This record gives sequence, structure tokens and C-alpha cells, in this order.
Amino acid sequence: MKLAINGTTRTFDGDPRTTLLDFLRRDCDLTGTKKGCDHGQCGACTVLVNGQRINSCLTLTVMHEDDEITTIEGLGTPQDMHPLQSAFVDHDGYQCGYCTPGQICSAKAMLDEAKAGWPSVVTEDLTAEIDLSGDEIRERMSGNLCRCGAYSNIIDAITDVKEAAR
Amino acid sequence: MRPFDYQRPDGLDHAALLERDGGALIAGGTNLLDLMKLQVETPDTLVDINRIGLDELEPTDDGGIRIGALVSNSVCAADPRIRADWPVLSRAILSGASGQLRNKATTGGNLCQRTRCYYFMNIDMPCNKREPGTGCSALNGRNRIHAVLGANENCIATYPGDMAVAMYALDATVEIAGPDKASRSVKIRDFHRLPGDMPQRDNVLEPGEVITGVTLPAPVGGTQLYRKVRERSSYAFALVSIAAVIRMEEGAISHASLAFGSMAHKPWHDPRIDAALTGAKPSDALFDKVADLLLENAEGYGENDFKIPLARRTVKAVLREATGAST
Ligand code: FES
Ligand code: FES
Repeated sequence: MKLAINGTTRTFDGDPRTTLLDFLRRDCDLTGTKKGCDHGQCGACTVLVNGQRINSCLTLTVMHEDDEITTIEGLGTPQDMHPLQSAFVDHDGYQCGYCTPGQICSAKAMLDEAKAGWPSVVTEDLTAEIDLSGDEIRERMSGNLCRCGAYSNIIDAITDVKEAAR
Repeated sequence: MRPFDYQRPDGLDHAALLERDGGALIAGGTNLLDLMKLQVETPDTLVDINRIGLDELEPTDDGGIRIGALVSNSVCAADPRIRADWPVLSRAILSGASGQLRNKATTGGNLCQRTRCYYFMNIDMPCNKREPGTGCSALNGRNRIHAVLGANENCIATYPGDMAVAMYALDATVEIAGPDKASRSVKIRDFHRLPGDMPQRDNVLEPGEVITGVTLPAPVGGTQLYRKVRERSSYAFALVSIAAVIRMEEGAISHASLAFGSMAHKPWHDPRIDAALTGAKPSDALFDKVADLLLENAEGYGENDFKIPLARRTVKAVLREATGAST
């Protein structure tokens, strides 16, 4: 079975119990994606599957034949950072950094969701255009916990990237 | 996680057969895989139904909409038709879980999610839902999140979801395919079960049956609210939630439909409440009567006693807002 990870085709024929998270970290050596809770409660393992953010700890690799997976390593490199990566550096959007790859992958997809007009539970008028206020960003990023509590700087970093994209 | 055989059926009939023979269907997997890691679920065969279709929203002939069982929660909540005509459903879905989880969670899977009772999820503890006959640990244990309506000594677990609560208020219908191409539809209000003496059964699905979709009747308009009370303001299950659809005409309530979440083994709908509201003029006395009807047989088990006054205050607040009453 084949799937694409950061644009590279990989083959998987391992134990069907292997989560996408374990496959990435153990078999592909892509240790940017982190395991926090392994139960869908923290968001540290967030990756993009065909552009959508999901928790890689709660999905099996074997279910992803022909899917395109993007991890933090696929978003940018130290030499060529993604705008969100630069913004997190500029704003100190972390302390220990453990939640950061998940935060950034999540933020990338979250901005795309807003651009596609997806509402959130704090969107007052469900049929109006989406305006990503601080409250909107906080709600939409609530699936990513930060044990260091870098939240306010994370919001600032994401807000910067959102403004720049306008 | 226990080892299992992974199967991808080539269509609905094949999926139903594999399920009838003991396979566990997996769609989004956000609940099932969690429970498999905890060894609460230990299927021999995992039947991956993600590639069999059932992933569209389509209008029905009578002005309603049919949501395919494999439509993700994100797509359903963002669908312009749902947002405009059945907004309580968008609101309920968006109040649950996180963006990541809603991207994976599906319409059918969400309906079939299991309780988050701590003892159900801990295989070292007795639990009648997980292992019938072993007893209910929550009855005299930690039961802050547990049921105050329709429970009994066999099981005080709640159905934890949000999406279904809105579907109860909207009087949706669950469409089910069976083995040998049989199919049936069940009113969603009859889909989930109370524990009775079979708490292991959450709903009326029989072996070999697969949910194919949920149909919403034509829009009824009005004010549609989903109020969710919880421990933190996002990414948490409800302690009490209310889906309300209220339409006003000339100062009186012309249509009312209320459903309640996280209070029982199933989303709670009491037709007497809708009847008491319909045709009446909003008043504090009326809202009190609604709360009385709702909580007539409510029973707390200690830590969850607070849910009873909380539900009373929440339903009154929701009714005030939905009717525009200044009381
Ligand atoms: S490791 Fe996946 S959500 Fe925590
Ligand atoms: S930076 Fe330490 S957990 Fe977020």
C-alpha cells in the first residue's frame, strides 16, 4: 500500500494497528510530529491529510492508501520557513516547543478552513463572511493544548499571518 | 490494541455482511480507535467503510435534506444549506470536539459514539455496559457527568454527543441498510435506547445493519439555539445541553421543539414539553412548567445532583432567549 508523505511516496505493509503517528515517527523518521496523549485530547500529533487537519494518533496508516500527508517537515525547513513558522519564532509562540508542530499544522489548515468560509461555534451569523477575530482563532485552535501556556503569543503569531495574507 | 484483521468492503452489502459476522465498522475512527487502544473494544475484524460513498448531502423531494452517513461533521456543519435552514445542527456540531476531530468524525459514527463514562473506559472496573452483569461502578462512584433522567441501577451513563441532540429537536430520521439489501428508517428519537436491562445496547441497530444517512424534514424556520454548558468553553463534553427550535407568531409560540443532551442514556425529548409550549404565550410560569415536566422524574446520584438545578436554569434561559421574552 502506498501513500505520499511530504511529496515522497512511501510504502506501508506493517501491522494494521500502526497509527499514522507511529508510522511517521518510527518508520519514516519524521519526528517533528509529536505524541502527547495518544488519545485525541491534545493536538500535538496534528498533521494534514489531503490538506485537512486531523489527529494522527487517532487514525490507522492502513486507512490512508493514496492519501497525501503533510507534516511540519513538509511545511517548511529551517532555511525556508513557512510564514507560520517564522511568525511563531517572531512572537515566541512556544516555550518548550512540544506542542508547536501540531499548533502550526493546525493553524495552517484552520486558516484554509476560514478562507473556505467555514463557521465556528463563536461565529455570530452563520451565513455571514468569516472574520477571524481573536475569539475566533482561540475557538478554532482549541484542539491544540499548550502545556506551557504560550497561547497569547500563538494567537499573535497566527493573527500576523492572517493579516499578511489579506 | 489487540490484533485484528483489516478489511475494506467493496460496497454497502459487503460491509453489512462483514458487520453481521462480528466485524466492527470504522469510519472516522476517533472514538473507536481510542476505545481499541484502551481495549474496551476488541474487534477481530475492522471493516473500513470510508471508500463506499454515502458522503453527500442531497435535497429530498419534500424540501428536506439527506446527510450521508459518511459526511464529515465539518462538512455538514459548514454546508450552506444546513447553516441557512437548519442552523441548530451547525451550532451543535461546531460546539463539539475540535476542528481536527470534526474533520474525521462522520454523521453515522457520531450517532454511534459510546459514552465517556470513566468506568466504561477503564477495563479494570466493573461496568454493565462493557461487561453485562458486573455492576455499575458509577452508581456510587464518580458520577459528575452522569445521567439524571431515564437511568436505573444497571447503568447511569450518558450519551455524550451534541450533533444528535440537534437532530432530535429537528425530528430527523435515521436510514439504515440491513443484510440482504433490506432497509428501514427509524425516527431518531427512537434510535438511541434507555439502559433498561440491556445497557450494553446503545441503540436499536441489529447485527448486519449499517446507517446510510440521516434525513432532516423541511426547514421550520424560527429561532434555533444550541446551548451547551460545560467545564471549559471549548473542546469539552456537555454537562447539560439544549437544542431549541422556536417559532413565534403574534406574540405566541407557534412551533416548539426542544431536546436535551448529556442528561440521559440518549438525547432527551419529551413531547409534552413541545405541546405545552406550542400555542402558548411566553411567560416565566410557562418556562417553569417546562422545567417541571423535564425534571419530573429526575434523580441525582451524588456528584451529578447539580445537573438538576442547572438544567432548570438553562432551559429557562434558552426559552427566554428563543422567545424574546423579557421575563
Ligand atoms: S497525541 Fe494525538 S491528540 Fe494528543
Ligand atoms: S510550548 Fe510547551 S507545550 Fe506548548
